[in-house]
Amino acid sequence: MAQSHKEVLTKGLFKENPVFIIMLGLCPTLGVTTQVVNGIGMGLSVIFVLVFSNIFISLLKNIIPNSVRIPSYIVIIAAFVTIVEMVMHAFAPAIYKALGIFLPLIVVNCIILGRAEAFANKNTVYDSFLDAIGMGVGFTMALILIALIREVFGAGTITLIPIGNFDGVLKIPLLYTYPVRVFTLAAGALLLMGYLKAFFTWFAERKRG
Amino acid sequence: MAYVAIFITYIFINNFILTQFLGICPFIGVSKNSESAIGMGMAVTFVMGIASIITWLVYTFLLVPLDLVYLQTLSFILVIAALVQFVELIIQKNSPGLYQALGIFLPLITTNCAVLGIAIMNITEGYTLMQSFSAGIAAGIGFTLALVLMSNIRERMDLFPVQKSFKGVPIAFISGGLMALAFMAFDKSLLTNLLG
Repeated sequence: MAQSHKEVLTKGLFKENPVFIIMLGLCPTLGVTTQVVNGIGMGLSVIFVLVFSNIFISLLKNIIPNSVRIPSYIVIIAAFVTIVEMVMHAFAPAIYKALGIFLPLIVVNCIILGRAEAFANKNTVYDSFLDAIGMGVGFTMALILIALIREVFGAGTITLIPIGNFDGVLKIPLLYTYPVRVFTLAAGALLLMGYLKAFFTWFAERKRG
Repeated sequence: MAYVAIFITYIFINNFILTQFLGICPFIGVSKNSESAIGMGMAVTFVMGIASIITWLVYTFLLVPLDLVYLQTLSFILVIAALVQFVELIIQKNSPGLYQALGIFLPLITTNCAVLGIAIMNITEGYTLMQSFSAGIAAGIGFTLALVLMSNIRERMDLFPVQKSFKGVPIAFISGGLMALAFMAFDKSLLTNLLG
């Protein structure tokens, strides 16, 4: 490959960010981002599934016949999603409940199948691993950004992971009393996504000159 | 009356695209013209109806008796992938006209969250076989409705000047957001007002 290892790793963060630039995996992006902690949970789950499915698909790329490759990828991905589901159910029941239907829906998240098809089945195991980390972290960053905006304006709080005495919820003085509720609703998510996408388009064009 | 309630719920109140965020990818990707929006909507409705029946049967008569409920996600996605292939073959053989209209959309349906979404929802809601089928069809109609409305908006919008950075996807999202605001008028009180 012409790309260096570093490029493979970092392209998912900004240049080919899965959410804002390639526009993949939008359903969970909008569905779970009402609280920051859900965004983090979803992001970590996707990183886990993406890393392992990319590694396995890259390992098996010469064994899987071309004609049945998509169903085979789906089975591999579904197996890892089931693992995530069971682990979350056991160790993080609150996030498991909040993510709800979007957790099993990681199976049909276009990012994972997209990376399998576009990257893992033609590259080495190491590169596929780096690609998965980059894309997964890019996805998580996008999720956290959207969740942060929606939660701060929509509810006036920032919900993080509770540690010790800290219950994990930061309250923002004025917005907590007078939240802009529309941000937490479906409509707010779609509007915000539109404005963010427009901003990134504008930013990319300005950078190009 | 329960079936009427299911239809109203999944078409308007819990519209898959505008309130549940299921099927956003085709909503943005395939809504550029109304013909392909109708084609995609019909294909999705068809697959959702049949997938609801088959996944319900698989869950009730295979996974539950064998104590394999944790394989739900894996078995459902396999059923859907096989079903989509099968439907594609049948339509191709028996009705070339329909295949021409739906053909290119069929492979995309496997990875449409709405199909796996309704299959899982039918189980979590505890629907019977007929209720699952109705929910599948109704959710498909709701999906089609949102997609067709969106494609009409976008066809109109092509005729007007839009700021450069908003062109295409961003303005589509914003229109979708405004549409979701309008759909908020449909809430649970609609059911009580209509059905008592």
